Amino acid sequence: MAIAIELRGVGKRYRLGGRQESYLTLREALRSLWRRRSAASGAPLWALRNIDLEVRTDEVVGIIGRNGAGKSTLLKLITGITPPTTGSVRTRGRVGALLEVGTGFHPELTGRENVFLNAAVLGMSRREARRHFPEIVEFAEVEDFIDTPLKRYSSGMRMRLAFAVAAHIRPPIVVVDEILAVADAEFQRRCLGKMAEIGGAERTVLFVSHDLGAVARLCPRVVWIDRGQVRADGLAAEVIEQYVAATSAQNTRVDLRGSEGRIVQLVEAATVDALGAEAGPVRGDPLRIQVSFALLEEVRGLDLSVWIEDRWGHRLIDESWADRTGGVPVEDFSPGEYTVVLSIPPVLPAGQYVTGVWFGTEYDDYVKGPIMHIDVLPRVEDRQEQLVRRRVVQPPVTWELRQDRAG
Amino acid sequence: MRPTLTSAVESMPVPEPSERPWVEHGPTWSWRTAFRVSEWWAYRGLGVHLALRDIKVRYKQTVFGVAWAVLRPVLGMGIFSVVFGHFAKLPSDGLPYPVFVLVGLAFWGFLLSAAESAARSLAAQRELVEKVWFPRVVAPAAAVLAALPDLAVSIILVGIALAAWGVAPPLAVLMLPLWIGYAVVVALGISLWLAALNVLYRDVQYALGFVLQLWLYASPVIYPSDLVHGAAGWLFVLNPAVLLLDGARWSLAGGPVPPARDAVSAAVAALIAIGGLIYFARVERQFADRI
Repeated sequence: MAIAIELRGVGKRYRLGGRQESYLTLREALRSLWRRRSAASGAPLWALRNIDLEVRTDEVVGIIGRNGAGKSTLLKLITGITPPTTGSVRTRGRVGALLEVGTGFHPELTGRENVFLNAAVLGMSRREARRHFPEIVEFAEVEDFIDTPLKRYSSGMRMRLAFAVAAHIRPPIVVVDEILAVADAEFQRRCLGKMAEIGGAERTVLFVSHDLGAVARLCPRVVWIDRGQVRADGLAAEVIEQYVAATSAQNTRVDLRGSEGRIVQLVEAATVDALGAEAGPVRGDPLRIQVSFALLEEVRGLDLSVWIEDRWGHRLIDESWADRTGGVPVEDFSPGEYTVVLSIPPVLPAGQYVTGVWFGTEYDDYVKGPIMHIDVLPRVEDRQEQLVRRRVVQPPVTWELRQDRAG
Repeated sequence: MRPTLTSAVESMPVPEPSERPWVEHGPTWSWRTAFRVSEWWAYRGLGVHLALRDIKVRYKQTVFGVAWAVLRPVLGMGIFSVVFGHFAKLPSDGLPYPVFVLVGLAFWGFLLSAAESAARSLAAQRELVEKVWFPRVVAPAAAVLAALPDLAVSIILVGIALAAWGVAPPLAVLMLPLWIGYAVVVALGISLWLAALNVLYRDVQYALGFVLQLWLYASPVIYPSDLVHGAAGWLFVLNPAVLLLDGARWSLAGGPVPPARDAVSAAVAALIAIGGLIYFARVERQFADRI
């Protein structure tokens, strides 16, 4: 099979600060003419470095890696949105990109007008857009609202319409960034089906996602990007296994010193195993959240709680210290440093969560807010289909099955 | 059977992998990769859609709606006629002053609205620039395209005004398409500069209103161009709008034939357009990172 995408020694450098405060003023630009290049201040940051990658025309490749590893930059280089700093990127034909659905949507235009506009943004011809229009509307389930201005749509409808357009473009090479995260479960399932269809017909697909289950299901080959470099590239099962093994050791502790607090000062938070050693939580094992804090003065009736929310902001767990004694905080704490550990039985499915704390008394809030991200990793044996099933809890269950009568 | 060129563009079938051309993105700028005109053409549909969007959205949630396209030049004509025609008694090439100023406002308004929306065409659409690839030149071109319907309305108004003041349209009216074409070239030239500069330096959006105001007074919109002569005249014709307004008045309302010195105006317009294309192509690679 022919090569569709070829990267040779590709690097991309950004200037720190230069990216957020994206525009220089004219005065700075004039000054930099004077002082040559050194005036472009800010430390250089290599978002990607020495990337060599080849993808054949019939391949569906998953790209995984932590946030900020360089996945999105990689997609922007392949699509030509931004040029590389070093090396060369070659693609056979233009690349259709779904880095974000609904790009170019305008609230004042009707659903119909937006479909055609968005299709044009994604490089679809007018004729093609007209041919797919009925399918798009049906896929999005917005038939009754198609001539209503988009500003009257619910966010769910808008999202479905946007994805429906995106799902119907058929460029020879398509890159898909994580865009399903906001969809409801049923719609997500249909989209994944549609995407598998895209990959079917002689097309090259690059699929970036944090959803390891979806990646494993759609992509035979997976590339793991870590700190701007290709850390592993190969069969999906093997690469995902390496990734899971390596990431479970990371990001299990956050330093909270320097956070505000007059009476309570947070020191650090970590996820720990049964022996108290730092460990990444794995689905099916109890989750232990350990929080260290310093108390600066004596507090009567101190209470604290730990909560966990999922990616959609649903509060799944919210336990307080005083719950043990019927909800009235009565204990007095003297100044000093403390460590508290909350053990939660194995109920959370693999996925990303946010945990936070609250410290206070019946009358006062001392400290409250999110403190760390928790990545509950899948067990090595549960890959594939069961990871994409959408559920809030996954407690240990037992099954019983008996044959009552022979047929 | 080989598909024809048009059907290939229209239906965009997936060509055999070996037939698809390599598209290369390297770290350095090159003439060859910067001017892929066939790609610009393939994305003309996007240009039309962006222009349609701007036109549709322009008068949404306004009481008078599309009537603004008529009201604005008419109100402008009324005010300028009273202030400059009646009180200041500015000459007007022997034409009734309202007709004289309306022709000026028609073409001036086109340049103004193209310039203003072109300046915003990329800078105000961050997600479009950051999240999808398309030939960037489409955005300022769409801004110019979106300004054309208002120009058409204004030209019709000129026709009505001519009838009202009993001025017969001259034979030179046949040259009108030429002036519209020239107006598009002038508008595209400044649009390319403004769109690119505004992504890189947001100073542009603050300076723009002021500069456009100055440009209005430097152009023969409210006064005839033969008012400026001698050495000042040579400076005056460096403004590409001079030929546009002289030519439009000659063609539409029977004003004097544009003087020979206006050739300078055309040359400057061509320089701005070519320079704009080159500058735009040189800096467009930075847009996604700097916007």
